[in-house]
This record gives sequence, C-alpha cells and structure tokens, in this order.
Amino acid sequence: MTSFADTAALPKNYLNERWSVRSWLLTTDHKRIALLYFASITMFFFIGGFAATLIRLHLVVPSGGLLQPDTYNRMFTMHGVVMVWFFLIPSIPATLGNFLVPLMIGARDLAFPRINLASWYVFNVSGAMVLLALFMGGIDSGWTFYTPLSTTYTNGYVTLALLAVFINGFSTLMTALNFVVTVHKMRAPGMSWFRLPLFIWALYATSIVMLLATPVLAMTVLLVALERMAGVGIFDPALGGDPLLFQHMFWFYSHPAVYIMILPAMGVISEVIPCFARKPVFGYAGMTYALMAIAVIGFLVWGHHMFTAGISVFSAVVFSLMSFLVAVPSAIKVFNWTATLHKGRISFQAPMLYALGFIGLFTVGGLTGLIVATAALDIHLQDTYFVIAHFHYVMVGGAVSAFFAGLHYWWPKITGRLYHEIWAQIAAGLMFLGFNLTFFPQFILGYLGMPRRYYTYAPEWQVWNVLSSAGASILAVAYLMPLFYLSWSLFRAERAAPNPWRATGLEWQTTSPPAEDNFSRTPTVTEGPYEYNSSTGGCVAQNGALYE
Amino acid sequence: MRILRPATQFATIAQQGEVAHLGIWVFLATEIMFFGALIFTYVTYRHLHPVDFAAAAAHTELWCGTVNAVLLLTSSLTMVLGIDACTAGRRRIAVRWLAATILLGLGFLGVKSYEYVADYHEQVVPALNFIFRHGEHPPAELFWVFYFIATLLHAVHMTIGLGLVLYMTYRVCRGDFTRFYRAPLEVVGLYWSFVDTVWIFLFPMLYLNGRS
Repeated sequence: MTSFADTAALPKNYLNERWSVRSWLLTTDHKRIALLYFASITMFFFIGGFAATLIRLHLVVPSGGLLQPDTYNRMFTMHGVVMVWFFLIPSIPATLGNFLVPLMIGARDLAFPRINLASWYVFNVSGAMVLLALFMGGIDSGWTFYTPLSTTYTNGYVTLALLAVFINGFSTLMTALNFVVTVHKMRAPGMSWFRLPLFIWALYATSIVMLLATPVLAMTVLLVALERMAGVGIFDPALGGDPLLFQHMFWFYSHPAVYIMILPAMGVISEVIPCFARKPVFGYAGMTYALMAIAVIGFLVWGHHMFTAGISVFSAVVFSLMSFLVAVPSAIKVFNWTATLHKGRISFQAPMLYALGFIGLFTVGGLTGLIVATAALDIHLQDTYFVIAHFHYVMVGGAVSAFFAGLHYWWPKITGRLYHEIWAQIAAGLMFLGFNLTFFPQFILGYLGMPRRYYTYAPEWQVWNVLSSAGASILAVAYLMPLFYLSWSLFRAERAAPNPWRATGLEWQTTSPPAEDNFSRTPTVTEGPYEYNSSTGGCVAQNGALYE
Repeated sequence: MRILRPATQFATIAQQGEVAHLGIWVFLATEIMFFGALIFTYVTYRHLHPVDFAAAAAHTELWCGTVNAVLLLTSSLTMVLGIDACTAGRRRIAVRWLAATILLGLGFLGVKSYEYVADYHEQVVPALNFIFRHGEHPPAELFWVFYFIATLLHAVHMTIGLGLVLYMTYRVCRGDFTRFYRAPLEVVGLYWSFVDTVWIFLFPMLYLNGRS
C-alpha cells in the first residue's frame, strides 16, 4: 500500500504536472475538464437523489405523511429538472466522454479545448440558476413545463428554471460540437471509421442528436419564458396560440433526449463486455449501424408521448409504428452483447456486474417501452406509475448503471489508482437489488391505475408503495457507497498499471494517469478496437509503448 | 508578417483550418434548428389564422424591410470580396471590403432601429402598447409577437457578427492571414452569410405576407 505523499515521485502526469487552483479552473486539458464535470454532476446527482428520497418517504403512507401537497409538487419537479438536465444528459458524455474521446482516437486534446472549458462554466451558471430557483421556493410545473400550467397558473420560479434550461443547452451544444469535429478531424493515423471503439461511435451518434434537438428545446423554453414574462399568448388558445404545439416542440427535443442519455451508456457497455468476456464484440459493424439508426429513428417517435393529448388516430398509429421500429436496432444491440458473452471467458469484476445489470434492466425498460408505445394500451397506462417504472428502467437501470460501469472500468486510468474490488462488487449487487425493488412494484402500481404526480393514493396500493420505498433506501445506500470507497482509493489504494484489465484500445496504451499531452508520440493504428484474441495480444497501436 | 503556429492540439496549421471549417458548419446546423423551430411555430400559426396574419403583416414597414434586404445581401457580397482579396494577398483592399461590410451592417441596424421606433408609434408592440385595430382578432397580436422575437434575435446575431467582422478586420491589418491560412476570416464569412440567409426567410414571412 502506498500513501498520498509519494505522488511527487510519480512520472509527470495530468494530475501532478501543476497544482494551483488556477491551473484547474483555467485548464484546457480535456482530462481535467472531465474531472471538473465529475464534481459538478456528482453534486447534482445527490441533490436530485435527495428530492427522490423525500418523495419515496412521503409515499410510504397513503395519505402522504411528510410533505405539503405543494412541496411534493416542487420536489418531483426538482428531481426531474436536476436529474434530466444536470445529471443524465451531461453524465457520460461530459465526464467519461471528455476524458476518453481524445485518448481513444489518439489525439492530444479535443478540437476546441477553450470551448470545452467554457461549456463547464456555462453548465455551472445554469446549475446555479436552478439551485437559486430551488432555494427561493422551487418550481411546481413538473420538469415538462406543460403550458398553460407553466405559463399561466403556476406560481413557482418557472421563468428562472426555463432560462437555466436554455443556458444549460449551450453547454450541451459545446460538448457535442467538440466531439463531432474531433472525431471527424483528429483521429490518429490508421484510426479509420470502422476501427473506432463503439464508445466513440456512441458519443458521435449522441452528439448529432444533441446538436439537432437541443436548439429546438432552447427556442421552446424561450417562447414559454417570454409568454410568462410578457403575458403574450404564444401557447394560449384564448389569444390564438396552441398548447398542443408546445407539446410537439417539447417532445421533439425530449424524446431524442432519452437517446442522448442511453446511447453513451450503450457505448460504455460495448467497451466493458468484450473486455471481461475476452472476446471481440459480436457484429461490430451492425453495432455502429444500430447506434446511428437509433439516433435517426429517435427523432421520429415523439408523438408517443401525446397519444391521449388529442392528436389524430392516424398520427397515433404512425408514431406507434415508428416507436416499434426503434426497438429493432435496440434489440440488435442487446443480442450482440449477449452473443459477445457466448463462450467468452467471463470474469465478474465490478464493471462487468454493472454491465450485466445494464443488459437486463435495459431489456425490461425497452420491452415495457413497446407496451406504452402501443396506442391502445397507452390509454390505460398514460400518466400512471407504469410509465415512471418504464423510463426509470431505461434511465436509471440503463444509463446510471452504465455510468457506474464506466466509472469503475476507467477509474484506474483516470486516477492511477485501483478501487477496492469487493466493496465495488457489493455496491453493484445492492444497486441491482435496490433498483428492482424500487421500480418493479411501480409497474404493478401503474397497471392497477395509480396515477403519477399525486401526493396521496388509495390505501390498497400501500404494500407496493412500501416495497418501493424500501427498495429506494437500499438504492440510496448503494449510491453512497462508491462515494466513500472511490474517495478512499484516491489516497490509499494500490497504484494502477497502464493496463490493469488487459484491455485493447489506445487509452490503455498510455500511462495511468495519462501525461498532460496523452501520448509521448502520435500512435499509428493497425487493428480494429476489440482484438481480444489476436496474436499480438490485443494491442491496437503497433509502434511500441506510447509512454516513456 | 506574423508566423501563425498551430495550436498545441493540432499537427499542422492545415488541420487547424479544416477543424475551424467543420466547426462553423456544425454550429450553423444548430442555428438552423434554432431559427427553424421559430419559423415552424410561425408557419403553424399562420396556417391556423391566415386572414389575421395577413392583415397584421400589411402594417409592417415594407420599405424598411426591402432596404434592409438590399443592404444585407450587398454586405454578403462585400464580405466575400474581402475574403477574396485576402486570399490574393491584397491586404489593404481586403480591409476596405471588410469596412464596407461593417458599414452596410450598421446601416441595417440603423434602419431596423428606425423601424422599431415607427412600430412603437403605430402601437403594434405586444406587451408594451399593442392596440387592436378595427376588425382585428387576437392572432394579429401573435403575428407581432413573432415579428419582434424573430427580428430581435436576428439583430442580436447581426450585432455579434459586426463584432466578429471588426475583429477580423483588425487581424487582417495585423497580417495574421496568408494564402495558406485564413480560416478564421472564412468562418466569420460563413456566419455572416448565415445571418443574411435568415433575413431572406424573415423578409417574405414578415413583410410580403398579405401584400399580394
């Protein structure tokens, strides 16, 4: 065991090259910016989680014992706003993505390092605004800001929250623009498109969705904010506006936003599964086409959020059909991961446990998605806990599990230290158990008809609600555990070798942690990304070690 | 002549230029989606209320919009001529064309300001002093809401563009650009042309509607 004091003896890397506060706050190093983002989104994760804890505590008794009705509304709104825009959307791209994109393609940095830093500042400005709205009394419109509730009737700090979401969009766009340009123009020699790791493909697809969807949300929230501030009737039917138009524009962004959250997660899983099964990923080309197909079809399904909002039967049928279509590439991915596992030499370290959990939970989330995408069934399930359970299976069971899978997998590379394997495995197991106990009862509750957003419920539903809240407490413990054992590992744990998992991929061919300029010389790539059974022992770059 | 070295993340200055070009095109794609969403809402409402929108649009200052269209289209020409002169290595001529671009842009904003004052006196500013004329219905005000949102957003883009062109003029004077590297100037030129293109959409939407 080594101690913190000996860091100075290490070769120069991005962590110990400079020490001043200024060298962190004005850094343009993608690796440091990734860590800055880690700090910000961890804070928001626990703020959003705190709101969820209060909601679950409140729902232990049918009459709702803990919160005032109005406070309850403000808590679920804060949970949604914070978790969607301030945790899930930046989670994997801005942290793991920022850290890994240049390393994985053999570049020194992203194409626009200063824009990258600016995106973190813009993110924090918008985060401060949303926290200000929270501390001044909160927002009670729901994270969807539906008009006319958000424009006319609500008395929360909706305008401030809308402007925060507007500004937050700029940080998303800056990250996405950086990724697209970097992947196109900064690849190392030999790193052709079909040698890119699937994580890069996933972030590329995500970035395109971000770039095309986020500006529409920006305009939408701007119009709602103007309507609220100036009292003009952009979405007010009495003044010639159309509230349904708001829903169309909102979901034109917010459905693709689901893919912004899940595509990077799929990218992480596609890195972890081959490594811990010691096999090349099954159907690499199919995986890339599936990613791009999800990104494209994802833009054509938004109407399935509006089956009961008064759209025509014809549009309902079309949107229903398109929603079924998007399940095809998603299923291709699940089958390909499973086929990768087939006859692999599987080991069950923590990243793999999270990844296997992801496959199961994402599959449940995806299949229940087909149920709610069926227009006729959705009339029964719309606005019930079935929908809540469905999207939490995708976003928490899927995206958050993958975030933890990636965090553990690349932790040795990011910090240069090994985390404690047993603790990590226990946390992964608890997370899986706690998650299912929290959200599976909600499928049943929703099927029985319990509506979402209500602060009371009928007494016969109490047993399922108590189970769900019990699961939430396990989940809370499981989420707190990494905070402790990962922090501990920063100071006390064993140092990591450059490639502790014996993984392929350029990021493993430089030191842990990497030097400030990533590679001591530009790598040349001669193989695909998952050569786990090649004669060269899975080395991508063929000009010797890329560090000194 | 200053020697420009590529920023540390690039291997060559040519790569830096390619990155800048791709970057601005990707950025413009986001701008198209941003203005596109606004134009989409406008088109939807105009389709819902064709008569009211046409009646309201007939009150816009046609000559202001027309003069501005001419000024802005001409400014895109001078911008391109400036880049062209810079490519040919004729720095002083380039500076003159860029100065002409700035003057035309300022002219646009001047006419636009005059028009806003006239709009105010006509009492067509929603949330400030809007009054319904005889036979007008609520959607007429909606038209003016779009008029102000669209033209103000456009003016914000114009102002940013003017700042950028001014900065590029300074950089041309300083001798930053050569035949081999003038990417920042071209990036600003693309942005300027985009803002121009937005006006080509706004002009018929806001001024020609209801005047056939």
